[in-house]
Amino acid sequence: MALTAEEVLHIAHLARVAMSHADVEKFQEQLSGILTHFETLQALDTEGVEPTSHPLPLESVMRADEVRPSLSREDVLANAPLAEDGLFRVRAVLE
Amino acid sequence: MTDALHTLTAGAASELLSKREVSSLELTRAVLDRIKAVDGNVRAYITVLDAEALAAAAEADKRIAAGDADALTGVPVALKDNMATRGVLTTCGSRILENFVPPYDAHVVERLRAANAVIVGKTNMDEFAMGSSVEHSAFHPTYNPWALGRVPGGSSGGSAAATAADETLVSLGSDTGGSIRQPAALCGVVGLKPTYGRVSRYGLVAFASSLDQIGPITKDVRDCALVLNTIAGHDARDATSAPLAVPDFTSALTSDIRGMRIGVAAEYVPENNDPGVRAVIEVAVAKLAELGATVEWGVSLPSTSHALACYYIIAPSEASANLARFDGVRYGYSYQDGESMWDNMEKTRGNGFGNEVKRRIMLGTYALSAGYYDAYYLKALQVRTLIRQEFEQAFEKYDVLVGLVSPTPAFKLGEKVDDPMSMYLSDIFTLPINIAGIPSISVPAGFADGLAEEQLPVGMQIMARPFDEESILRVAYAYEQATEWHKAKPRL
Repeated sequence: MALTAEEVLHIAHLARVAMSHADVEKFQEQLSGILTHFETLQALDTEGVEPTSHPLPLESVMRADEVRPSLSREDVLANAPLAEDGLFRVRAVLE
Repeated sequence: MTDALHTLTAGAASELLSKREVSSLELTRAVLDRIKAVDGNVRAYITVLDAEALAAAAEADKRIAAGDADALTGVPVALKDNMATRGVLTTCGSRILENFVPPYDAHVVERLRAANAVIVGKTNMDEFAMGSSVEHSAFHPTYNPWALGRVPGGSSGGSAAATAADETLVSLGSDTGGSIRQPAALCGVVGLKPTYGRVSRYGLVAFASSLDQIGPITKDVRDCALVLNTIAGHDARDATSAPLAVPDFTSALTSDIRGMRIGVAAEYVPENNDPGVRAVIEVAVAKLAELGATVEWGVSLPSTSHALACYYIIAPSEASANLARFDGVRYGYSYQDGESMWDNMEKTRGNGFGNEVKRRIMLGTYALSAGYYDAYYLKALQVRTLIRQEFEQAFEKYDVLVGLVSPTPAFKLGEKVDDPMSMYLSDIFTLPINIAGIPSISVPAGFADGLAEEQLPVGMQIMARPFDEESILRVAYAYEQATEWHKAKPRL
């Protein structure tokens, strides 16, 4: 499974990770090697096997819908790179 | 006595504290002095909390004087730096969280504070717990106390090295594919990954949510039970926390394993393994038989050979979703000078994440992307079922399974860091346990042969059915009582 440079750039874009040309080359080689190893799974017959997404047989864990204390706005914004008027500040999404 | 307080186990320290023969302040000062003396060489810590630890020790001494101490009251503890500590830097070994100070405590931290344990610092780790050597820490490497040119294992290598070097009495690590057990094995200490759901993940920075679990790294098996007693139990804030009663794990420390059925998992002690490491396990298994257990070699779990591929699809897939939250908006490093919001976000992540984290995000994004989901992610979830079922079948016949923790002893710094596949292979015996969600421990079982100049520890892995940590502790404790390996100390 060899990835092209375009495929690496496409995955990086989906993952929102900026990538230099040198990175693209390195990841192209490394990811291709790892994906080749994954191909061993294709030989395995899993016809009719239920997938396991989670090790515990827990389903629909519910709790009472009660008002509880939460973090203060000041605490929540303390780590914000940019905040204004008690809100997170971001660049315009639509310009 | 007081000049060696840092070498104590938590169990031994607790007895001295309750008899008022030492104070938590003396104990804590001894550990902080030890950190000053050796951490320049070991570099196990990212943050050392001198003032906070001494204040917590003074509080603990008041509680002990009042006569209502818990087992860990006044006992120095180190935390892996992916567990949220209110008001204390929590970096996850990453540039992107370099200045992150959480506004709340993780569940395990609340439990430790409630017991008046003394948190002495936050330990180094591979960035976002992705790695097997701590070489992927964004800050600095950690060095194996047994051989400073070698890695401590990872990703909880800081916690394991700190414990092995007596820079704490006990520590916590997290284990997604071996990150407690492999560094414990490589550093010659005890490391327990509890059953998935046994310990709340609330406040643990998420890597792969269906695999992550917090557990103790300690100097002996009794301490493992003591720490697990403190941190285990249901927590409604983690929806995957198991709503089960928690036994007193110290009651499993009986030294009696007569009649227990122990299977040696063939794929976990391969014929072609490094013979110096394999020999250690052969001797350890013989000891278990000598202690009266019924031991059978050759228990086969054939899907083990697919666990590596299965894991490296599932874990990166979950990671790619979990790490989407690092967008430079709410916390963490944030690139501000881009052309647009998207440009800022991509450069925040491009600059903020290291190469291993990027590799895993990319792998997961690819495995989950349109057209590949069935071939990779769904296939891996089906293989997960096969792996889980094989363990279930084996545990119909055996109380515990044993095998190696790591195919090799500690490797040299730089040896695998540029070859991701070779690094991934160092977790080949530990990954399947997280895939199945079962509990497993690493206990010191000796030293690899053939290296006269360096003593390199080897661990034995003991696995059991879900929520049967007691059988693991029973076997581990009996083995420990019959051997001296856990008493060996690195020369620093």
